[in-house]
Amino acid sequence: MAEYILEMKNITKEFPGVKALDNVNLQVRPGEIHALVGENGAGKSTLMNVLSGTYPFGSYTGDIVYNGEVCQFKTLHDSEEKGIVIIHQELALIPELSIGENMFLGNERKGRFGIDWDKTYYEAGEHMKQVGLKEEATTLIKDIGTGKQQLVEIAKALSKNVKLLILDEPTSSLNEEDSRMLLDLLLSFKKDGMTSIIISHKLNEIAYVADKITVLRDGSTIETIDNEGHNIDEARIIRGMVGRELSDRYPSREHNVSDKVGMEVKNWSVHHPIYNEKKVVDNVSFNVHRGEIVGFSGLQGAGRTELAMSIFGRSYGTNISGELRIDGKDKSLRNVRDAIEAGLAYVTEDRKGNGLILEQSIAQNTTMARLEKVCSKGIVDINKENAVAEDYKEKLRTKTPSVQQAVGNLSGGNQQKVLLAKWMFADPEVLILDEPTRGIDVGAKYEIYCIMNDLVAQGKSVIMISSEMPELLGMCDRIYVMNEGRMVAEMPASEATQEKIMSAILQSDKK
Amino acid sequence: MNTKTFIKKYTMVIALVVVFIFFSMWTEGRLLYPQNLSNLLIQNAYVLVLACGMLMCILTGGNIDLSVGSTVCLVGAVAAQMLTKHNMDPLIVICLCLVFACLIGMWQGFWIGYIHIPPFICTLAGMFLFRGFGRAILDSKTIAIPQTEGSVGKRFLDIFASYIEVPGVDTDKVKWSAFILGIIIAAALVVITVLNRIKKAKKGYKQASALSQFAKVIVIDFLVLAYTWKIAHYKGIPVMAIWVLAVVLIYAFITSKTAFGRYFYAVGGNEKATKLSGIDTKKVYFLAYTSMSLLAGLSGLLVAARVGSVNGDTGNSFEMDAIGSCFIGGASAYGGSGTVGGVVVGAILLGVINQGMSIKGLDNNWQYVVKGAVLLIAVIFDVVSNKKTGKAG
Repeated sequence: MAEYILEMKNITKEFPGVKALDNVNLQVRPGEIHALVGENGAGKSTLMNVLSGTYPFGSYTGDIVYNGEVCQFKTLHDSEEKGIVIIHQELALIPELSIGENMFLGNERKGRFGIDWDKTYYEAGEHMKQVGLKEEATTLIKDIGTGKQQLVEIAKALSKNVKLLILDEPTSSLNEEDSRMLLDLLLSFKKDGMTSIIISHKLNEIAYVADKITVLRDGSTIETIDNEGHNIDEARIIRGMVGRELSDRYPSREHNVSDKVGMEVKNWSVHHPIYNEKKVVDNVSFNVHRGEIVGFSGLQGAGRTELAMSIFGRSYGTNISGELRIDGKDKSLRNVRDAIEAGLAYVTEDRKGNGLILEQSIAQNTTMARLEKVCSKGIVDINKENAVAEDYKEKLRTKTPSVQQAVGNLSGGNQQKVLLAKWMFADPEVLILDEPTRGIDVGAKYEIYCIMNDLVAQGKSVIMISSEMPELLGMCDRIYVMNEGRMVAEMPASEATQEKIMSAILQSDKK
Repeated sequence: MNTKTFIKKYTMVIALVVVFIFFSMWTEGRLLYPQNLSNLLIQNAYVLVLACGMLMCILTGGNIDLSVGSTVCLVGAVAAQMLTKHNMDPLIVICLCLVFACLIGMWQGFWIGYIHIPPFICTLAGMFLFRGFGRAILDSKTIAIPQTEGSVGKRFLDIFASYIEVPGVDTDKVKWSAFILGIIIAAALVVITVLNRIKKAKKGYKQASALSQFAKVIVIDFLVLAYTWKIAHYKGIPVMAIWVLAVVLIYAFITSKTAFGRYFYAVGGNEKATKLSGIDTKKVYFLAYTSMSLLAGLSGLLVAARVGSVNGDTGNSFEMDAIGSCFIGGASAYGGSGTVGGVVVGAILLGVINQGMSIKGLDNNWQYVVKGAVLLIAVIFDVVSNKKTGKAG
């Protein structure tokens, strides 16, 4: 038998403008549990998508050697045939279908006429026994909890004769008890000789199950740590994840934080819009001064976007409670219009999904949040609109032949500038930027940072939500850390380190 | 502008010209008879009016209103009953009918905009509901609007279906008033273009090239003059044309110039982004469907006046003509793009095909086949050409 069941050699994968993976190497021995760790955007999921054929052969460079042979997976189906099955973070089950139907979706047990339902449910039952799931195979997915749904996914993988199981954040939506059960299940599979790769942010879990830990950072492999004894120090892993030098990737600025508080939020709580009993933001308080950049750190799903959107005219959630003061005055913002008029702006995280209208021109997008400023008596002055758009194009150095260009034709960085222009044109006092530099190249990032510095120099307040810790450390005056809807730490940027932020998050997980 | 972008921008106009020339030749010029040209407009008046309203719905995201044909019937039935049974003054009838149509629209707009009932289903229900009410009001009969001189019915018909005649100017042979109106419109277009250019030049804004702008004006002017010259040799300007022109101009103005109109494009382009820009997206849906039914009501009056009677099948499948015109005229099936000008071209294209085939005496059934083919080709073209330019879709 070969020494490694899987070897990925010099994998490089580029997206337009971004190198997501840069010469990544990964070696997995048969029968081990191999953990993949790294910050958001380090390339973990991308690497697994390359392995599973989601990104087909040809869209990356490098070799995948599996069981001693070089593989060229073109579709998910190709890799599944070899026994490689990936279970994604967002479960891919259809709520309206039964457990059995889901398990054999696309892989139906066929009888002589159509589907053999007896066989389907019998086999489903067998696989469910293997994962210790005590449900009827005819139960609908929507009627069982997330923990059990995760087990269904694993049973589904087993039904495909899995040899190498990949789990992307399997426990992110599970509670303590379900997580532990799942991990023990993995350990028992290991005894039977199955190999698994697990991606997780929860380092205590990784220390518990993993034999080897590979650390990715910025699309490169940093190291592979041995954890045969299952007693690794979490700080050791964190050092690998974040240990990088801060060079002058951030423009310098004079820190002139005024005493005046621009916005203050007290005891803010938000409930999930559909599952009303679930608290997405739990009793959060924070403030931002004029002339200050405040950072919000946390993992994905920490509730930062939900917090921002609920403040921005109740755009998210139900049962919102708490106090909001802008420039010392109590405000109750019932809708987005109120928020804009109160001097708030929220630059959305997902610029294509809910920030810009891609098929409309730069000019139309720029004026959208405050169209009345270029209108007289409800009639749009197109000439004035174009002049405004030209003005911002010059100011933000947006690269485009004309402001009539459809936004969809611009690069990510330039789209982000148009989105910023849109909200700068709304002339806010407090700007909330949600992941303002996601998916754009280093040069454009630098320019976005410069724009932020200009804004605070004018005495405005900026809140920056980011998953990239170096960016927060480089840009902010103060950093708040959120986890699972709660505010878990606040520190001046001068005292903050990535280790401190990470351990604040991890410690709150343990509680 | 090179040939390629020109063809892309004016595809449907070119198609209209080709189709028009084809039918003119095929009918040995009969399509060009003054009477036929005049009827082309009158017979398609309802499509033009409905298509303007339908465009607003489609802009919000490819949503359509299936109930307009039934609304036409219901409002027409109400009007006919008021005129015949109750002998009401036509002006009051018109006002009441339009208010009633507006209420129908608010009913649908409320469910669609504020309760989020899918438009397809809500208006499908409306299609049954209003057709049923309409037939009930008509008591399954055909109600003719009385045409005797001096009756309320006659006055009602005059408001919609008569021809303008200016004593002293118009003769029995030639209605000069029509041609004079044509000259006024043509001159106004030139003046507006020149003034606009002067204003832009003063403020130093970017100009479109003078050649293309004036070429466009000259082509439109020529068509206006030719058309009015022709109808001057028939009965002159139909009043219906004035109604249609008013609706088209108002909607063209709203969609291209006002902030309010801009919101419809924004909602169709990206609803979430629009909401997060502080625009009340629910209200946009509400108003789209309210305006649609208002225009359906107006169409009901126009149709009642043109035909002179209303029955249970009045307005049948009108919604399909309106929807077809919008998509042929380049409105995106996913919402967010489309112009009133395009829709007018689409409606006329359909109208020319109809008219040409009727003149030629072709079977009604074949008209459906041709209409279907044209619609499919237009939308395929739209989707494929958008894919190539990398737009969303």
